[in-house]
Amino acid sequence: MTETSLYILQQLINGLTIGSTYALIAIGYTMVYGIIGMINFAHGEVYMIGTYTAFITIVGLLTMGVGSLPIILLLALITAIIISSTYGYAIERVAYRPLRGGPRLIPLITAIGMSIFLQNYIRLAQGSRDLAMPALISGGIEFGDPAVFEVSISWMQLIIWGITLISMTSLAMFISRSRLGRACRACAQDRGMTNLLGIDTNRIIALTFVIGAALAAVAGVLLGLYYGIINPYIGFMAGLKAFTAAVLGGIGSIPGAMLGGLILGVTEALTAAFFPSEYKDVVAFSLLVLILLFRPTGLLGKPEVEKV
Amino acid sequence: MSENLLDVSGLMMRFGGLLAVDNVSLQVKPRQIHSIIGPNGAGKTTVFNCISGFYKPTGGEVHYRGKPIQGMSSNHISLQGLVRTFQHVRLFANMTVIENLLVAQHRHLNTNYFAGLVKTPSYRRRQREAMDRAEHWLRQVNLLEFANREAGNLSYGQQRRLEIARCMVTEPGLLMLDEPAAGLNPKETSELDQLIVRLRDEQDISVLLIEHDMGLVMGISDHITVINQGAPLANGTPEQIRENPEVIKAYLGES
Repeated sequence: MTETSLYILQQLINGLTIGSTYALIAIGYTMVYGIIGMINFAHGEVYMIGTYTAFITIVGLLTMGVGSLPIILLLALITAIIISSTYGYAIERVAYRPLRGGPRLIPLITAIGMSIFLQNYIRLAQGSRDLAMPALISGGIEFGDPAVFEVSISWMQLIIWGITLISMTSLAMFISRSRLGRACRACAQDRGMTNLLGIDTNRIIALTFVIGAALAAVAGVLLGLYYGIINPYIGFMAGLKAFTAAVLGGIGSIPGAMLGGLILGVTEALTAAFFPSEYKDVVAFSLLVLILLFRPTGLLGKPEVEKV
Repeated sequence: MSENLLDVSGLMMRFGGLLAVDNVSLQVKPRQIHSIIGPNGAGKTTVFNCISGFYKPTGGEVHYRGKPIQGMSSNHISLQGLVRTFQHVRLFANMTVIENLLVAQHRHLNTNYFAGLVKTPSYRRRQREAMDRAEHWLRQVNLLEFANREAGNLSYGQQRRLEIARCMVTEPGLLMLDEPAAGLNPKETSELDQLIVRLRDEQDISVLLIEHDMGLVMGISDHITVINQGAPLANGTPEQIRENPEVIKAYLGES
């Protein structure tokens, strides 16, 4: 293989890694939009809180002398999921539920307020400087011709793919098979009717916030370890990217969010391959503008049917 | 309290300056088909919305099986055994027919997460029962062969019947149907007619019905309440209503 094709392969691998974490965060946006038709702009902050929780857990375990990598990773994931889900639930309970039924703009504004609040709260509590995540996982597999170009897949990338795949599959199973998943789908189609069938829709809405937050926490742990640097502002950009991914795939559609995340990740990585890497954000958000202009419902979204 | 299944007394609903429902009272007895009729805009659907908890009535009382239910949220009211349909079809169009019936049994399937994970015998039994109930009602409304079809792809008449089946799997005591025959052809209307009568006779439930199709109303009702401009106009058996001069005037205008 030529040098260029190997280089592109390397960038595809990197793109799929970032893309799968975008997809994990994007699901939170898309599920909440699907059920209550609002964009939860505080979702990026939930992701950031997941990263911080993982950081604290990992540092804590390391100072206690726990050396086993699987145990550290597992405990970091579990604590991050628990803490982020609690935040996700609390945000919905405090900032959105009391405003339900009001004009649509109002929860959007509280969402932005919530986002600023959480960002500054973490800044005050944890400091605003960059923190270095302990490098737990290094090394990987390398292939290709060392004389031309060596393609590497790090263990961290493989872990990201594996955990993303497990999370996505469990989510898909939950939504399509379980009783609560069925209630979620019913709620997304007709909330009033679902309520009339004796289902407490407030609980279902809270559940979608919790699920979205849990997936964002998983992404937070993985990206924190992947990039190695965290600060209280990472939620903003990650949130915007994931939101773009959700819109790209068709907001409200879970497979759409997965697809949108991967496409966005790959697009960014390929842009960075041939242009100065600062351009990757330009391309990502240009993609958002183009999608909104030419296919507002996204790749897998259905045109919204006016409810009578 | 009394032998009434549903007891509505002095129901008032005011929207700002508009009095949409003015002092409406009605009593539904067990195993009866009770119809509410009246000209367009008379407030029939508003009465339904007040009873089913969609609106909070501004005055009056609603008792179901002797228990006050006015002001309760709609999901609690439906859990009491009082379920309704709407003028337009509100199925979960992207779900299959059978899923529509399973969603409605959400509460009946209330098990803990642990039981769901390890699939305990009681969990399996409840699942089985829910499927059986769904199958039973699909048979009753003649939709069994469409069980795995998406609900949105059914014909309008079939969707109407599926809505009734979806109400019935919740095992209600009172079924409230808002213009179930709207948009149906005469054959479908007569099928619906038989279905409603069968529900009363075989399932021991009462039906509260809003309907414009006078043939249907007069043919199957045990009792009729007429509402005009929000206020009750008459009350009685189909024969009494047919001969009531006030009702004729309201429908045909002053002569």
